[in-house]
Amino acid sequence: MVLLRRRRAVGRNVLRKEGHDKVTGLARYIDDIPFDNVLYVRTIRSTVPAGEIASIHYNFDQAGFTIVDHRDVPGRNIVALIDEDQPSLAVTHVRHIAEPILLLAHPDRARLLTADVAIDYREATPNFDPERSDISFKAIAIDKGRLDAGMGQADVIVEGEYRAGHQEQLYIEPNGVVAVPENGGVTLYGSLQCPYYVHRALAVLLGLPPEKVRVVQTETGGGFGGKEEYPSVIAGHAALVAMKSGRPAKLIYDRVEDMLATTKRHPAIVRHRTGVKKDGRLTAMDIDVVLDGGAYATLSAVVLSRGMIHASGPYRCDHIRARGRAAMTNTPPNGAFRGFGAPQTQFAIEAHMDVIADRLGIDPLRLRERNALRPGDTTATGQKVGKDCTALQVLREAARRTSFSKKRKALEGSHRGIGLSLFFHGSGFTGGGEVKLASKASLALTERGVQIRVASTEIGQGTRTMHAQIVADTLGIPYDEVDVSAADTATVPDSGPTVASRTCMIVGRLLQRCAEDMRARLGRLTPAAYFKKHGGFVVTKQYEKPPGLEWDDDHYRGDAYGSYGWACDVVEVEVDPVTYQATPVSFTTVHEIGRAIHPMLAAGQIEGGSSQGLGYALLEEVVMRGGKMANAQLTNYIIPTTLDTPPMTIEILESPYKYGPFGAKGVGEMPIDGPAPAVVNALRHAGVVVSEIPATPEKIMKAAMRRSG
Amino acid sequence: MRLNVNRKIVTVKAHPLARLLDVLREECGLTGTKEGCGEGECGACTVLVDGEPVNSCLVPVAQVQGTRIATIEGLGGTHRLQRAFVEHGGAQCGICTPGMIMAAAALGRRPSLDEIRTGLAGNLCRCTGYAAIYRSVLASRTTSKGKGQRAKA
Repeated sequence: MVLLRRRRAVGRNVLRKEGHDKVTGLARYIDDIPFDNVLYVRTIRSTVPAGEIASIHYNFDQAGFTIVDHRDVPGRNIVALIDEDQPSLAVTHVRHIAEPILLLAHPDRARLLTADVAIDYREATPNFDPERSDISFKAIAIDKGRLDAGMGQADVIVEGEYRAGHQEQLYIEPNGVVAVPENGGVTLYGSLQCPYYVHRALAVLLGLPPEKVRVVQTETGGGFGGKEEYPSVIAGHAALVAMKSGRPAKLIYDRVEDMLATTKRHPAIVRHRTGVKKDGRLTAMDIDVVLDGGAYATLSAVVLSRGMIHASGPYRCDHIRARGRAAMTNTPPNGAFRGFGAPQTQFAIEAHMDVIADRLGIDPLRLRERNALRPGDTTATGQKVGKDCTALQVLREAARRTSFSKKRKALEGSHRGIGLSLFFHGSGFTGGGEVKLASKASLALTERGVQIRVASTEIGQGTRTMHAQIVADTLGIPYDEVDVSAADTATVPDSGPTVASRTCMIVGRLLQRCAEDMRARLGRLTPAAYFKKHGGFVVTKQYEKPPGLEWDDDHYRGDAYGSYGWACDVVEVEVDPVTYQATPVSFTTVHEIGRAIHPMLAAGQIEGGSSQGLGYALLEEVVMRGGKMANAQLTNYIIPTTLDTPPMTIEILESPYKYGPFGAKGVGEMPIDGPAPAVVNALRHAGVVVSEIPATPEKIMKAAMRRSG
Repeated sequence: MRLNVNRKIVTVKAHPLARLLDVLREECGLTGTKEGCGEGECGACTVLVDGEPVNSCLVPVAQVQGTRIATIEGLGGTHRLQRAFVEHGGAQCGICTPGMIMAAAALGRRPSLDEIRTGLAGNLCRCTGYAAIYRSVLASRTTSKGKGQRAKA
């Protein structure tokens, strides 16, 4: 049978694979799936931020309960990730409030909730200030050129200090898992981003060979990084109960517990000292970054890495010295959150650029035009950016669309201000990360048709849909005929984690290569015809480094990412002169992402990420008191509602990346990098100088009072 | 206790103060209604009681005896809002979607953009930034099958 060229899927808004299930309530999230004979699990957590466990008292009848502590760990009592510092269950000491110490399990939830456990501690003195911390999880130094020489060329040196608070991911479905003891091992079902992270963590914790551990992602109600590493913790707990009791163990956090105990975006303190010529040209950048890592290392080292690489912004500068560290404090560990260090450091550089513009009396748009990276320029790590570097295009397009300069003049002296931010975001793992990961993806021809087998998870961003589009067009078959396997470690290879804006560019490219091979093997036959004649087969491809990509991890030199997306946000903000509340009234962004495989999904990422960024800028304040989140509920941790979100204008530009599928780069994270500095710059334009986010009414009031003396 | 859920009379065994959310999910097996916060802030558990949207995590089941309760399952699968949410990207991770659609269903057949923004202010979505939800609800006013396929993002 001769194959007919079908209508292309890539670039079209095909229907989302699981869309019907999501709008009908049929999609099954972890809490929707019934398990027989299930035990419910409750985590008993520390109530002090630092200290030694003195004694534990069980003030309830323990009959019928399964109780698990560190002595029940059959393997190694660690949450296996990068460092091995975090115990699954505390042994003698605790480093933060809400640290897991014990697990209680019972078939009756009411009994479980009323069980009283009292723990006495010998308290130690906690430290909540990352700048005073002696312990660094990671330190990074980036040097380009000679800072002294660059400062020597400067006409003016501009200094600034910028601070960003915690941010909660606030996926609407809290963390949750069910562990089922099976075949001498365990099967773990849960809401998670990275099945193989959990797989490894369980094998280490339970002392099981990898084949005795199976991890199955259930439909996941948002992640944003909050389900990158944390599921390894909660999965470990459920699995310990399941192994000890021999029964399925269900552990689903309620909102308060999720907010108290799970990871958040790292707070950051960033200091800039920048040498500039009178005409605005950057001659030297001296940057110091401190991230608050919280009590355990989690992913702090890599969050810092991405933060540092993005810390000098999308600008050309020959002389850069950047120093950064992620410091330990006695608060719950911070971890992955969309943007992964880049929102903090790009907030700082982009707010600082407007300070520089003010100091020099130059329009902030002109200052950025002068310094924006052009193809052939080098980044802070010495990476020569390619032809797909579009910093200048996105900047000019955003300015044009919003009549930025004209608007800026028109708003002068009013309660409104307009600000912009220019930013970039590296796609894929940092530095040599992709080489180390060596991800795999498979494409199978079965009696049911063509099936994608990857560990990449659908968490709302459209993974299944976008991957199926890439495969459909590469094979030349209709989109509807491509099936996507569940992310189940029993059936899919390790495609690496679903993080770092890598699911399209890296895993999508692997699938494209699988499909190219499959196409060659099918010849002129359709998949069904081939199967009938020759039977099925599976194609698997592994990551191959694009030619010329080199990275030196010891010196932080070289090609930090395969490619970058580029974007510019413009936001107009109104400040209420009575309540000091700042409200974004319009938001425009231009994003260049290589190729939009599915324009509607890509726009959805940009709108959603921008909205989270506006929340980060203005609303989302994690109040820490004594090492504990004091507002761990949705009543007073405020995320944007419909009424807080301004109308958004989204424009997508495409400058294809040679090694991305159909030219695609990453898109998931970049949108959250830009809104906070654009808002703060708009506030500055409205006469309110704020250098710390979130810019709550309290901070704006203080700034306004400073101004009026 | 007898309840009218999705135009069917069901008999449930539940404490009168049990949350309607739990009764729907655990007694009626209607797991389309989701729990996001348990304190009436996120709206993921929105169902209609006599046509009015309520947070089912805040409603004791005794209070809804004798009323008509509608959940996402009661819309069938081809309701204009359901089609529009699929076609216009109104559902990303999907966890807020059933509640969002029920809240939108309470807005009548032709809500304005302002009415949509106000009417959905009690339903949190962390994925979309709401823009695609507005497009979906607006499109549901006139949408016909397949039309949204070509809609520009």
